[in-house]
Formats: sequence, C-alpha cells, structure tokens
Amino acid sequence: MANDPIHQFQITKLIPLEVGGVDLSFTNSALFMTLTVALTAGFLILSTNGRGLIPGRLQSISEMCFEFVANLLRDSAGSEGMKFFPMVFSLFMFILVSNLFGMFPYFFTVMTHIIITAAFAIMVIGTVIIYGLMKNGFGFFKLFVPQGVPGVLVPVIVFIEVLSFVSRPISLSVRLFANMLAGHITLKVFAGFAVSMIGAFGAGGFALAILPIAFTVALTALEFLVAFLQAYVFAILTCMYLNDAIHPSH
Amino acid sequence: MEADAAKLIGAGIACVGMGGAGVGLGTLFGHFLSGALRNPSAADGQFGRLIFGFAVTEALGIFSLLIALLLLFAV
Repeated sequence: MANDPIHQFQITKLIPLEVGGVDLSFTNSALFMTLTVALTAGFLILSTNGRGLIPGRLQSISEMCFEFVANLLRDSAGSEGMKFFPMVFSLFMFILVSNLFGMFPYFFTVMTHIIITAAFAIMVIGTVIIYGLMKNGFGFFKLFVPQGVPGVLVPVIVFIEVLSFVSRPISLSVRLFANMLAGHITLKVFAGFAVSMIGAFGAGGFALAILPIAFTVALTALEFLVAFLQAYVFAILTCMYLNDAIHPSH
Repeated sequence: MEADAAKLIGAGIACVGMGGAGVGLGTLFGHFLSGALRNPSAADGQFGRLIFGFAVTEALGIFSLLIALLLLFAV
C-alpha cells in the first residue's frame, strides 16, 4: 500500500551491528534520539555560554524552559523536590524536542514506540519507589492508607490505592505513546484522503481535495499543541509522583 | 462472518469510547468557564490544572481511537 499510515513507524536498521547474539543495530529511532539529545544539549549549552546578566534572545529561551520546569516542580513537590530537577528537566526537554522533531515530514517520532515511553515510566516509578523507601522506610506505605478513613473501609481503600499505584506506569507510558501514535496516524489518514479523492474523481478531485488538506493543516496545529501538552503532562505527573515519595502521608 | 468485516465493525464500536471523552471534556471546560466567569481574577491561575485535566481526559478518548486505528491498520 502506497499510503499505509502505519509505515511511518517502521524501525529500519541504519548500521547493522550484533554483539554476542544481541541486536545492537543503530536504527532510525536511535538516530533521532541522538539528534534530539544533540540538539537539546547543544542549544542549552551554547545559549547559556555567554551567561549575560541581561539575557539575549537565545538565553531567554533557555531560561524560560528552566523556569517553567522549576516552577512546575516547586509547585507540586515543594522545595524538597528540587533535588529531582535534573531528572524532570531532562525528561521534559527530551520528550518535548523529540515530539516536535516528529512533526517534520518524513521524520521519525521516537515517542510512537511504547518501549521508549515504558522505559521512561518505569524509570520514574522506580525512582519514586526507591527514593520513597530510602527516605521514609516503611512510612512510605502510609501512601496507601489515607488519614481519617473509618476502620471498616481501610481494606477497600488500600486495595484501590494499590491498584491505582500499580496502574500508574501503565497509564503514564500508554498516554504519551497513544497520543503521539494516534495523532500521527490521523494526520496520515487525512492526507491519504486527498490522494484518494484525486484518484476517484480525476481532475474534479483536485477541488475536493482542498477539504482534507485544510483539515490536515488544522490537525498539524493541534498536533503541535499535543506535542507540547504531552511533554508537560508527563513532567507534571512525574512531579506529582515524586511528591508522593517525598511526602507519603496524604 | 468474514474477518475483515469483523475488524471494521470492531473499529466502529471502539470509537464509541471517544464519546465518553467528549462528555468529559465538555464537563471540564463547561465547569471551568462557569467558575471562571464567577471569579475571572482566579481563572488564570487555574489554567495549568485545566490543561492537565484536558490531557488526562483526552488521553482516554485517544486510547479508544488507538484501538480503532490498530484494528483498521495493524491487526
């Protein structure tokens, strides 16, 4: 199929490489992750190189990114949470830049593969569990028992709280992955409508094809919003989960 | 029934779930607006929460759209 909407997510090996039976090939996914990291790190390092007291244009952008994530973390996890700032900032910038990279035609969107988002979600939840246990010891389990619950209800509440805690990594990873995947498929499907219009109606189809193309333009704008929003939501949820690890009692 | 027909019917049924997300988003923005019109000075401070609620609610609709798209193109 020429306009198969799933084709854009195919992983191709650019440099085949196998070490001890493990496939370590450099794929297009790896290429775009490398590009994302190179662009983000390069931009942040170069723009803050001058360290001007009065920031220039580029330095203002970096400072805005920094302030945005710092406020997010400070508001939801308190000043104690600021020790996790490097992690949250890297996650936010990586997801944001790779999502925006994916908006270029013919570019690969890294976040459309659940293995990537699941790895991030497991990393976040792992940090929450390990840090929570290290800091609070068994007090961390107060997270599952809200204060002021009548004794009869405690088993039910604990069950629900445990269930919601266990489903966090799943919802965190599937939300990001599904949003990016569905958005890119929808774009491709609507662009495909234009092609099939011309195929079905010939020259008259060109006039009709304006409709799906206009819709594609509108969807592209929405996708830019979603690309930012999903990075924001991932970051804010990370902050909230870290807040649970820092202050486990409700 | 042919497998292809079942796939298309399944994709159609999966899209019903998006209606729930529509109800949720309507409730969300409607309540935000009614609250914001009562106290416009407090509205700007809640914009982050509004967007957060939007993303969390919208994700559920996206899940069912994902199932429909997977049925159409991937299975």
